[in-house]
Amino acid sequence: MSPFSIAALVKKPISLWLFLCIISVPAPQVMAEEIPGNNLLDDAWKTLSSKNYNNKAKALETIARQNPPQALAVMKAMLEGQLYYSKHDKALYFSQETEEHYTFSPVFSGEQISQENRRGFKKVKVNNRLRSTIRQLLAVMQLKHKDADIRLAAVQELLKNPELSASHLIKKAVKSETDSRVITTMRTLLAVIQIENGDENEQRSAIETLSQSLNSSAMNALRDYQAPTEALKNEARSAIKKINDKRDLYAKAETVFFGLSLGSVLALSAIGLAITFGVMGVINMAHGELMMIGAYTTYVVQLLMPNNIGASILVAIPAAFIVAGLVGIAIERSVIRHLYGRPLETLLATFGVSLVLQQTVRTIFSPLNRSVETPEWMSGAWQINEVLALTWNRLYIILFCLAVFAALIMVMKKTTLGLQVRAVSQNRTMARAMGVRSTWVDALTFGLGSGIAGLAGVALSLLTNVGPNLGQAYIIDSFMVVVFGGVGNLWGTLVAGMSLGVINKLIEPWAGAVLAKILVLIFIILFIQKRPKGLFPQRGRAAED
Amino acid sequence: MLLMNIFKNDRPGVWLLAILLVVSIVVPVLNLLVAESSIFHLSTYTVTLLGKYLTYALLALAADLVWGYLGILTLGHAAFFALGGYAMGMYLMRQIGERGVYGDPVLPDFMVFLNWQELPWFWFGFDQFWFAALMVMVVPGILAYVFGYLTFRSRVTGVYLSIITQAMTYALMLAFFRNEMGFGGNNGLTDFKDILGFDLRADSTRIALFLASAAALAIGYVLSRIIVSSRLGLASVAIRDAESRSRFCGYRVENIKLWVFVFSAIMAGVAGALYVPQVGIINPGEFSPLNSIELLIWVAIGGRGTLYGAIIGAMLVNYSKTYFTAALPEMWLYALGALFILVTLYLPKGIVGLRNMWREKA
Repeated sequence: MSPFSIAALVKKPISLWLFLCIISVPAPQVMAEEIPGNNLLDDAWKTLSSKNYNNKAKALETIARQNPPQALAVMKAMLEGQLYYSKHDKALYFSQETEEHYTFSPVFSGEQISQENRRGFKKVKVNNRLRSTIRQLLAVMQLKHKDADIRLAAVQELLKNPELSASHLIKKAVKSETDSRVITTMRTLLAVIQIENGDENEQRSAIETLSQSLNSSAMNALRDYQAPTEALKNEARSAIKKINDKRDLYAKAETVFFGLSLGSVLALSAIGLAITFGVMGVINMAHGELMMIGAYTTYVVQLLMPNNIGASILVAIPAAFIVAGLVGIAIERSVIRHLYGRPLETLLATFGVSLVLQQTVRTIFSPLNRSVETPEWMSGAWQINEVLALTWNRLYIILFCLAVFAALIMVMKKTTLGLQVRAVSQNRTMARAMGVRSTWVDALTFGLGSGIAGLAGVALSLLTNVGPNLGQAYIIDSFMVVVFGGVGNLWGTLVAGMSLGVINKLIEPWAGAVLAKILVLIFIILFIQKRPKGLFPQRGRAAED
Repeated sequence: MLLMNIFKNDRPGVWLLAILLVVSIVVPVLNLLVAESSIFHLSTYTVTLLGKYLTYALLALAADLVWGYLGILTLGHAAFFALGGYAMGMYLMRQIGERGVYGDPVLPDFMVFLNWQELPWFWFGFDQFWFAALMVMVVPGILAYVFGYLTFRSRVTGVYLSIITQAMTYALMLAFFRNEMGFGGNNGLTDFKDILGFDLRADSTRIALFLASAAALAIGYVLSRIIVSSRLGLASVAIRDAESRSRFCGYRVENIKLWVFVFSAIMAGVAGALYVPQVGIINPGEFSPLNSIELLIWVAIGGRGTLYGAIIGAMLVNYSKTYFTAALPEMWLYALGALFILVTLYLPKGIVGLRNMWREKA
């Protein structure tokens, strides 16, 4: 079949007519010219290999209107610069370029040609204006696509360069549209067109519609709007203000979200410390290194299952908990149990432990940073509206933090271990008199705190590089969070972590990241002056030193 | 007479001062008068190294005063050391003058590099040595005063105090890393040429700096000894052991703590100021919380609450650090970590305590 026998595709005029109705028919009267023999389409295909851009644009419009099966592919290829025509018979070809040779596959029929260079072929040239025409036409053609995301993208494409001619089409499309996002965007598009071209009433309703929208084209349309009357001008102005307010609100929401995700990291790394430091009174300077162990566990798990990155994180969570927990129990048994009641000395001893752990990791894994691959289900973002998008990995970290916290609260409140831990921390002698094996409880509590540090390490491994210094970077922050929240209070730790994260992110836009951190530190130092025992101090007898 | 009283019960202190005196006579002789070919010749490198240890010892002394006698486990004493160092570094920077890479008569190189047009106000006066020397003591002193005034008055104690001293030095480190602060950012201050008109690379200048460090250590020791054997010192030991009880006995706990803390900070500042011309650089890394913690192990190994123990500890640990990092770099962190663990577990009174333990057994 030669490109000119394309008319064979549409043998029955009636079916063509129906076909066109479904697709895109801005001007129905043109059809009359097209039905006989469909020369118009054949001519249009031929025109593509000509030199005049205006003619090419017209030809493309014709093609889009008729929408033969090749139209989409050809237009996309033109955008990519992959449409060629052979010099001897002007037949169109798609080209594909590999390292060594070019493959030319015909658009209509013929043989696929593979050769080392482009001899005998010439590219269908496209300039910028033609490119935007093509995008518009593509958008119009895709308005009927069965995938809602593609329809949405198509409408958004039209919105970038709204034209009166599209309004008829959109009005029709909006009636049969089912997806709410697409409908909203279509309405915005219609309003953008109406505000320029409609009468006063239409303009008024268009302003009303646009004020609901967050799209930047809607904003531009309102800004460029030449109001015929004072009343309309005011309406437009208040609409702009309304949009701006809304955008500010969403921007703030996004900042808070960032703050919460940072806060979750802080809280997550501090929760383990809240147990060892808060409940047991042990200043564990090796806490950061336990996080580091958790992060390295994640790295090793990924090395062990390279084909299953998505699942590896799920395996790493219990693995990190167990590994870090066991290391924690070992530290408790060998060092810390000799130092109960001497908090400042445990600080020094555990600092020694942290140095040894760091150097061990350096010896085993080399001092270089390793990186953990982020699984696919954690990348990407949740697009809530046109301004607000929440990235999945941040969202998961918030959820993970809350889940760990909930689990911990359950353990502390609902299990025998939790009961015994609380008993020992409140009154060790009395608890022992009641038959609690306090040494055993100490070891398990420390193991629990360390295990949670390991969990924090899993989360950190997805955010930063995994290296021997990973822990050091977080240890000071974790202590700040625990002290700010009030030692011995798990809820305090969560609240403190989240609020410090949010405060940090709120300051950041005008102070910069480093200064924000400094200000937060100063804030904590001053806060401790005011409330020496943190946000939620322990009350009663247990609070005494 | 006063000194007689003070050293009546401090035999080791007298020994220490005597050794210091002998060393400060012998070292210059061995360096300057003995021919280089002789085996008794002491290289200038070694002299500088010893001088560096002496400033560390002064820092350890300062830390022991607040930890051993006031019971404040400070995790931020290196901040005062670094501030003193920066004050001295600023003087040395301004002495470079036109000899800098960019040859600007007033602005230090890094400011020219950042396109600054004029000197920030806090750099004024640092071309005068007396002003810089004053600032070496005033800046750490004021920081300690403000910090101490706030924290001691609100009765922040124990672990909380340790953590916020750490926050203080951490915040300062982050601040000094910023280029906008005007302290050379990441690179800090370096490339010094001379001090008081003397070439910093000359042997005689090095010896003078070494002697100055020894003198500062001796003076610091005597002053600290005066403080701890005075009523102020006895009251601070009482506070260390039972803070509430001392308060109920009528002592102004906050004031006592505050003045000892400020004195200690000034001592740390002087140590920093002597440290910088000898090593030739000061950068924000000196503020790192790690340094503050490391200096605690010097004190702990030597034996806290003895003053001379801190000096012995600082010397020993730093000598072994120099040795290990050259001979077995991999092993140093293991050794340091093991030291932390073993000393706290088995030697709560440090090396000095070891001697007493033997004596009691005998």
